[in-house]
Amino acid sequence: MHELAITEQIAKIANKHGEKNKASKITDLYLVIGELSTVIDDSVQFYWDLITENTLCEGAKLHFKRIPAVFRCNGCNKEYNLVQGELTPCPHCQSTSMDILQGKEFHLDSINII
Amino acid sequence: MVKNVSVVEKILSANDQLAVEIRQQLDNSSIFSMNLMASPGAGKTSLIERTLHKLAALYEIAVIDGDVATSIDADRAAKAGATAVQINTGGQCHIDANMLRIALNELDLENFDLLLVENVGNLICPASFQLGTHKNILIASIPEGDDKPYKYPAMYQDVDALIINKIDLLPYVDFDMAYFEKGVQFLNPNLVTFPLSCRTGEGIQAWISWLTGLIKNTKTT
Repeated sequence: MHELAITEQIAKIANKHGEKNKASKITDLYLVIGELSTVIDDSVQFYWDLITENTLCEGAKLHFKRIPAVFRCNGCNKEYNLVQGELTPCPHCQSTSMDILQGKEFHLDSINII
Repeated sequence: MVKNVSVVEKILSANDQLAVEIRQQLDNSSIFSMNLMASPGAGKTSLIERTLHKLAALYEIAVIDGDVATSIDADRAAKAGATAVQINTGGQCHIDANMLRIALNELDLENFDLLLVENVGNLICPASFQLGTHKNILIASIPEGDDKPYKYPAMYQDVDALIINKIDLLPYVDFDMAYFEKGVQFLNPNLVTFPLSCRTGEGIQAWISWLTGLIKNTKTT
């Protein structure tokens, strides 16, 4: 269910910037979503058409840019990724101490307007 | 003519901004606040009842209960000595900062020492919505199984303390504490943890002492 709340926010932000730039229509939205943020593209897409009716965003296309998760191991300083979508200890030294370098992004990068 | 307009705005920035305002409001009233999160049935309301039994005579405590429907939890909190406000989220799987802000309007915050926010039972959605409370607390429970940190990493990563409830059931359930703790340590190193049982009362005192310290600290600063 929380994709509904999120989709509403996406529309709100896009409409705000559309109005500010005197758009007659918003045609495309470019979203950046980190691999670690719990957002399902398909659910957002599902709600999108329902909630944007009669707004600047009606009919606009959603583009999702996924940012892969990258961790830096505090044991050996090497970087690694999720293994089949799962968080694992460092594959190089098995340490479980790491920092998240990227993957938690969740923002609207830009919109196309006419 | 199509024009590209740069936005670069966090999707949840409106929520996050409200959360900052809520924190300010709570700080101004010198009230210590917690957001309690857990799966359904882990013992959020039971922990609140236990906490109230220990602290309601010493402190003025407000409880805000978030549920999809009913006021069962708020009624339990009120019966145990709190001033309780129920939020019915109308199907939403989490409390967001705006719902909390509206509920806070029903309380005269100056009169309270402690605010407990009981989030909707869910291990996914509440992790995404900051509320502005001072601490985010997760309640895990033994019957849920020892694999939960591995399956819900976002929830375990972002909390300030972990309660492991229903430890009285350990002899009856296949729960590998070492495996569970390894997952927790991985996601949230050195997380403050309170193993306890709301049913028997075992381990409750450590939680109460920690909480009392935080309330006193808020009062003096």
